Amino acid sequence: MRYSALRILKEGLTGNKGWKPVWRDPEPKSEYDVVIIGGGGHGLATAYYLAKEYGITNVAVLEKGWIGSGNVGRNTTIIRSNYLLPGNEPFYELSLKLWEGLEQDFNYNAMISQRSILNLLHSDGQRDAFIRRGNAMFLAGADAEYADADQLRAELPFLDFDNARFPIKGGLYQRRGGTVRHDAVAWGFARGADSRGVDIIQNCEVTGFDIEGGVCRGVETSRGPIRARKVAMCVAGSSSRVAAQAGMRLPIESHVLQAFVTEGLKPVLPGVITFGAGHFYVSQSDKGGLVFGGDLDGYNSYAQRGNLPVVEDVAEGGMAIMPMIGRARLLRSWGGVMDMSMDGSPFIDRTHIAGLYFNGGWCYGGFKATPASGWCYAHLLARDAPHPVATEMRLDRFARGHMIDEKGMGNQPNLH
Amino acid sequence: MIINHPLLGPRDAAEFVYLGDAALIDRPDWQAKDAAEQFHAYGYLRDNPAGTHQELWYHEQGDRSWLVVTRDTLTHEITDVQIARDVARSRGRSA
Amino acid sequence: MTQINRLGGGLVNQGQTLSFTFNGKQMQGHPGDTLASALLANGQLLVGRSFKYHRPRGIFTAGSEEPNALVHLRSGAHQEPNTRATVAELFDGLTATSQNHRGSLEFDLMATTDLLAPFLSAGFYYKTFMWPRAFWEKLYEPAIRMSAGLGRLSMQEDPDTYDKGYLHCDLLVIGAGPAGLGAALAAARSGARVILADEDFAPGGRLNAETLEIDGMAGRDWAAATIAELAAMDNVRLMTRTTVYGAYDHGTYGALERCTDHLANSGGKPRQILWRIYSKRAVLAAGATERPIAFGNNDRPGIMLAGAVRTYVNRYGVTPGQRMAVFTNNDDGWRTAADLAAKGVEVCAIIDTRDAPAVCDVPGARHIRNAGVVNTVGRKALRAITLTDGQVIPCDGLAVSGGWNPNVHLTCHQRGRPEWNESISAFVPAGDLPPGMAVAGAANGALTLGAALEQGRNVANAQIEDLGFTPSRDTPPRAEDEPHTGAPVWHIAASTKRAWLDLQNDVTVKDVKQSYREGFRSVEHMKRYTTLGMATDQGKTANIPALAIMAECTGKTIPETGTTMFRPPYTPVPLGALAGRARGREFRPYRLTPSHEWAKANGATFVEVGNWLRAQWFVRPGEKGWRDSVDREALQTRQTVGICDVTTLGKIDVQGRDAAAFLNKIYANGFAKLAVGRVRYGIMLREDGICYDDGTTARMSENHYVMTTTTANAVLVYRRMEFARQCLWPDMDVHLISTTDGWAQFAVAGPNSRKLLQKVVDPDHDLSNEGFPFMACGEVTVCGGTPARLFRISFSGEMAFEIAVPARYGNAMMGVLMEAGREFNAVPYGTEALGVMRIEKGHAAGNELDGRTTAYNLGLGRMVSSAKDCIGNTLSRRPEMNLPDAVKLVGFRPVDRTKKLIAGAHFISEGKEATMANDEGWISSVAYSPTLGHSIGLGFIKSGDTRIGEVVRAVSPVHKTEMRVEIVSPHFIDPEGERLRG
Repeated sequence: MRYSALRILKEGLTGNKGWKPVWRDPEPKSEYDVVIIGGGGHGLATAYYLAKEYGITNVAVLEKGWIGSGNVGRNTTIIRSNYLLPGNEPFYELSLKLWEGLEQDFNYNAMISQRSILNLLHSDGQRDAFIRRGNAMFLAGADAEYADADQLRAELPFLDFDNARFPIKGGLYQRRGGTVRHDAVAWGFARGADSRGVDIIQNCEVTGFDIEGGVCRGVETSRGPIRARKVAMCVAGSSSRVAAQAGMRLPIESHVLQAFVTEGLKPVLPGVITFGAGHFYVSQSDKGGLVFGGDLDGYNSYAQRGNLPVVEDVAEGGMAIMPMIGRARLLRSWGGVMDMSMDGSPFIDRTHIAGLYFNGGWCYGGFKATPASGWCYAHLLARDAPHPVATEMRLDRFARGHMIDEKGMGNQPNLH
Repeated sequence: MIINHPLLGPRDAAEFVYLGDAALIDRPDWQAKDAAEQFHAYGYLRDNPAGTHQELWYHEQGDRSWLVVTRDTLTHEITDVQIARDVARSRGRSA
Repeated sequence: MTQINRLGGGLVNQGQTLSFTFNGKQMQGHPGDTLASALLANGQLLVGRSFKYHRPRGIFTAGSEEPNALVHLRSGAHQEPNTRATVAELFDGLTATSQNHRGSLEFDLMATTDLLAPFLSAGFYYKTFMWPRAFWEKLYEPAIRMSAGLGRLSMQEDPDTYDKGYLHCDLLVIGAGPAGLGAALAAARSGARVILADEDFAPGGRLNAETLEIDGMAGRDWAAATIAELAAMDNVRLMTRTTVYGAYDHGTYGALERCTDHLANSGGKPRQILWRIYSKRAVLAAGATERPIAFGNNDRPGIMLAGAVRTYVNRYGVTPGQRMAVFTNNDDGWRTAADLAAKGVEVCAIIDTRDAPAVCDVPGARHIRNAGVVNTVGRKALRAITLTDGQVIPCDGLAVSGGWNPNVHLTCHQRGRPEWNESISAFVPAGDLPPGMAVAGAANGALTLGAALEQGRNVANAQIEDLGFTPSRDTPPRAEDEPHTGAPVWHIAASTKRAWLDLQNDVTVKDVKQSYREGFRSVEHMKRYTTLGMATDQGKTANIPALAIMAECTGKTIPETGTTMFRPPYTPVPLGALAGRARGREFRPYRLTPSHEWAKANGATFVEVGNWLRAQWFVRPGEKGWRDSVDREALQTRQTVGICDVTTLGKIDVQGRDAAAFLNKIYANGFAKLAVGRVRYGIMLREDGICYDDGTTARMSENHYVMTTTTANAVLVYRRMEFARQCLWPDMDVHLISTTDGWAQFAVAGPNSRKLLQKVVDPDHDLSNEGFPFMACGEVTVCGGTPARLFRISFSGEMAFEIAVPARYGNAMMGVLMEAGREFNAVPYGTEALGVMRIEKGHAAGNELDGRTTAYNLGLGRMVSSAKDCIGNTLSRRPEMNLPDAVKLVGFRPVDRTKKLIAGAHFISEGKEATMANDEGWISSVAYSPTLGHSIGLGFIKSGDTRIGEVVRAVSPVHKTEMRVEIVSPHFIDPEGERLRG
C-alpha cells in the first residue's frame, strides 16, 4: 500500500478502516538465503537493502521481541556525520546522504529534519581539534561551519555567555545534521523489506548456532531450527551474548546510557546542541519535548536503567549552558544497553566462522548509522567483501594496531 | 549504587571510578612466546557476561583502594567486595 | 466572579480569602485550595486545550495524574509551563494562564484541527508530508511544531535556587494515606528511623477525600492525629510536598521536596530540594489511580473521575457542577453519588453498567441499570449525556468510575513487571520488586480502607523485623471495608463517536483499533504509534484502558497483551532541581593556583584549564591586544628571565625500596638507573601502546622520587599508577601520594634564571652549572630556611629551573621571585607565552598527545625500551602502529612568512586534490614566534621526519583557505639544546 495525502483523505472519509498491516506476520520457513538476527534498525535496514539493492529477498529477520525494541526505539534521534577519522567519516557521510533521500525511497515519513548540530567549544585546544575535525569532514565531502562566540550569541541568545564556568568560545556546526523520528525508521525499513518479500519474524529468539566444521549453517530459535546460507548477527546491545553462542569473545563491553525527555514545550531549540565542557546534548522533538542525554553511567550493565549521579550530572550540564531550562520538567528517563567497543567504533565484518557475519559495537552512535550500516552490511553479505567506506570496521583491527579511536581514550570502553 | 568497602563500609558508588573486568589484573607475561596474542586478548577481548561480573572499582574520592566487586550486570546486585591487592596476590601476582 | 460552586466544609479555611487570576480574570479561593479546586469553585470549567485537536478541556482528576488541566503558573522569568492545576497550591496573588491555543482559550483558532480529525488519525504524519522533499523542513514541520508542544518557557534564566540533600533511614514510607500512615506508625513505634514522604501538602491521602471512619473517628481526624503523633517522634522525619520520584539501586530513592512553590515569593529560600534517600527498607504505599470508561465525547469539561469528584466535594468543599450524574461499573461510584447528595448537590442519575441493585440509597437520583453513556453534549461545558438506550439526561457534571489501578510505578523502576489480578481487574506488584521494597494498601491491590490499614502495618512490621527491630504491641487501628465490587468495562462499544483514552495526546479508541489494524499490536508499538501514554501524565489514566482495548482486538487476555514499562520519574521533576547549585560559575569548582592572588593584583587575564584557573597573560599599560602581552612575555623570558606558576602540573611522590623498579614499569623509557640528584624526562604509554603523558621524575634520595605529569592527566596518571601498584605488582615496596596541591611550583626560565635564584635560594646551595647542572634536582632552602625543592628542567628551551615550596608559601614566593628578579627585568608569564615557547622548542603537549599518537609518531620511538617490561610496550609493537608512512611530528612554517598558520589545517601534497584519500596529516599547534617573527606550527605528516624542506598545502576548507607550508624541524629554537645546558 503506497502512502500519500490522497490515501489519507480516502481512508479518512471511510473511517480509517482500510489500512493494512505495515508488515506481515509470517511463520518462519525452514530455510533462507540469509537470516538476520535482530530486528532493530540495522537489521531491518540490512534486509531492506539486501532486497532492494541486491535482489536478495529470501531473507528472514529474526527478532526476539518486537521490532525496533532495541536502541532504534530508545535513542536521542540525532543524525550527523561530524567525525574525524578516515575509518569513520566517509561511512557516516554515506549514512547522512542515505538519510537525505530515505523517506522518498521507502515511502514513509520518518520526519528527517536537518535542523543542524552544533558542538560548542570552550578552549583554544578544543577549537584546534574541532577545526581539524571540520576540515576532515570537508575532505570526506561533508559540510562543516565554524561559528565564533559572537555569531552564536546572535543565533542562540539563550545560551549562557556571560556567567559560565566554561565560557562558550565558539562552535562547530554541521548544518546537515539533525534529528529523525526514530521509531519510524524501524517501521519504514520493515515495511520496505516486507513489501519486497523479506520475512520479519517477531517473538523469535535465537538460542544457538548450527556450526559444523567451522561453517555456520543456520540457527536454533525459540520457534525451531532455521537453516541459512548466511547468518548475520545484528544485535548491538546483546552482541556478546549472541556471539558467545558461537563461541566468540568480542572487543565489546555492555554499558548503560541514559536518555531523557522533558514535558512538551513550544519550540525553543532550533537544532541539536552539544556542550563541550560537560556531558550534555539536547534537541527538541516535533512534539515539543527536549530530548537530551549525557555520559554513560560507566559500569558494565545489561539492566537497561541507570542511576542518579548521571541523571544529576546531565541536568547540571544542561543548566550550565542554557539556564532557561530550569523550569522545564524531566518527564521520563530510560536506559539503553550499548555495545561499547574498545575504540568507540563499530564492526561490520565476517567472523572466523564461514557463513557467520557480525555487525555491532555501535557504542551510542548506532542510530545515525542505521542506513549506512544496513547498506554496508548488505554489501558485505551479498558480495563477501567490505563496502569501500567500511573497510576499517574490522574485528581484527586491534590485533593489527589499527584502532579507530575518535576520542583518543584507548581500550577502555566506558571512556568512549 | 552502594559499594560495601571492606575497610570503610558502605560508600556511594559515585565516590568510585570504574575500570572494567577484573581480568585486567591478569596481565600477561611480556616474555611469553605469544605475548602479542596474549596482550591483545588481555587488552581487547571481554567475556562481558549478562550476570555475575567481577570488576575493578577505584575509590578515588576515598582511600584510593582498588576493589574487586562482584556485581550482577542484570540486576546490579553486589554480592562481594574485596581489596584488589588481595585478589591480585591470590591470583599469583607479586612484584 | 463569585464562588458559585463552593459548598463549604472540607479542609479549606474559608475564614481567609485568597485572590488569584486565571487568564487575567480575578477570582477568589481559600487556603487549602488547589488552583483546580479554586477554579471549580469559581465555575471555571474550561481550563485548557488538548495537544492535537485543541479540544476544550476541563479538570479531570484531583491529583498528579491530571492529563488536562495544565497551565502556565506565575509569569515572567518565574513562568512554569505545564503545571498541573490539580496539585498547585493556591496562594494569594497567584497568576495562571491557559496553554496551547492561538487566540483566546474560549476561541482557539487551532480548534479547526478537530474538524480534520478523520485525516489526523494515529500515525497520519508517517504517511504524508513527503512531497516535495524540501517542504518538510520549511513548511510542514514548523507548522507541526508550532501547533504541538504545550507550555512556553520564559526563555529567561530560572531565577530560583535549588538545593540537594542526602537522607538515611531504616524505613522509607512512600505515601501518607491510610496504608502509609499505618506503616509509618508501626515502624516508628518500634524505634526504627522512619521517613514518611507524601506528594500532597496535606498528608492523609484518600482519608482527606472520603467520609470513611477509623476507630470511630472521621478518617481525616484519625490521619491528623496520627500525623501529630509521628511529628512528635525524634526518629521520624515527615516530608510533605515531597514526591518520591524514582527507585534506584541498593535502596536509593530520589525525592523532590517543593519548599516554596506554595508561596507567592520564595523569599530567597530554595524553591525545591532534591533529596537522595538511602533506605534500608521501603514501603510503597502510593495508593491507586482511578481509571475512566471510554465513551463518545468523554473529554468534555465537566466530565471527571468519580473519586476526584469526592475529593473536591469532601476535601475542598467544592462541587464540579450543580446537576451531577454518575457513571460507574463498580460500587465505588455510588459513594460519589452519596457524598454529593449528602452535601446537597443534585444527583440526577446513577448509570451503572451492571444489572445490580442499588449499592446505597441516594436521595433524588435515578438508578439506571445495565446501561452506559454513549455520547455527551456541550462543547465548552457539559450540557447533557446520552445513554445506550437513547435517553438524554441534562446535567452539567458527570462523575465516571471505571475502577482503580494500583500505583505500581516505583515497583517497575528496576524493570519489575506487575501481574494481573483478576479480582480487581488491575495490575498489582509481582514478586520482582526493587530489593528492600514492599508494597502495601491500594498500591498493592488492597483497595478498601480496612485492608489498607492492616496491610500497611503488617508490611512495615515485617520490614523492620527483618532489620532486627521488635514490632510494637499497640492496638492496631481498625476500619470497616467499604463495598468495592465491580465488573470491568473499558469502553462503551455502542459509542460511535470518538471515545478518548489519552486525553492529553488525543488518542481515542479508534486510534488503538487502527494501530491494531496496521500491525502495531505489541503494547510498545501501539504506544509509540499512537503516542498513547507519552504525554506529561505518562498515561496514568490511559494506559490500562488502552491495553484492554488492544486485548479485545487481539483476542488475548490483558496480561498476555502486556504492560508498559514505567520509568522514572513518577511525576516530572524540574531540571533546575536536578542540577541544584551546580550552574553558572558554580557548575564546577575552580582550582586556583597558589599565586592566584598575586596574579590578580598584577594584571593577569585568567583562562580555564580543566578545573584550574591559570594566568593566561599579564597585561601591561599600553598593550593593545593579547598578542602584545604574550610576545613581550616570551621575548623577555628568552632575553633575561621569566617566571610562571606551574603548580597545576601533576606531582606524585613515589617512595619505597622498589620505587625505581616500579617507575621502570610505568615509564616506557628506562628509569632503573637514574642517579640520586638527577631528573629524567619520561614518556608513559597506555597498555594499548599509545603515548598518553610525559613529564619528568626526579630522584630526591635513594628511595624517594618526585614525578610530574601534565596538568590534564594528573588524576589519570595517579589512578593508573595505583592500579599498577595494587593490582599488577602488589608486592612491590612502593607508595604513592599525590602532592599536586601540597607544593607550589614555579618555572624560572631564561639566561638570568640562575642569577635570580641565587638571590632566593639560601647561599649554602651551589647553583653553578657544575654544582647543579641541567637535569639536576635537590632539596634546598629559600629565604633563610624555608624548605624547597629545586629542579633544573626546562620546557621553554632556556636555561631554566623549577622551584617548589610548600603551597602555603606560594603566593609569597611569587612576590619574592619577582622582587629578586627586578634587577634583571624579570617578567611573569602566563600559559600563552608558555605555549609559544614550547612550540618554538618543539615540545609535544595536549594537542599532540591526543590519545591516538604513539611515541613513534612523536619521534620518540627509540625511547620505548624493548629490553624491559613496561606498561604498553608489547602492544606498541603492533604492525600497523609502526608503518613506514606513519605520521611524524615535525615543524611547519608558512612559505609566505606573513601568513598565519591554522591549527587544524590538513596537509595535501601539491598537485593533489583535497580529499580524505589524499589527506597526509594535520597541524596540531600554532603560535606566532616573536623570536622568529613569523607564524610557526607543530603537526603530524606522513613520513614527516624524512620530508624536511618539502613544501605542502595546508588546507582549511572550514576557513575556505589554504596556504603553502614548509616542513621543518620541530625545534625552531636552539635545536642543539645549548641554552638549557648553559
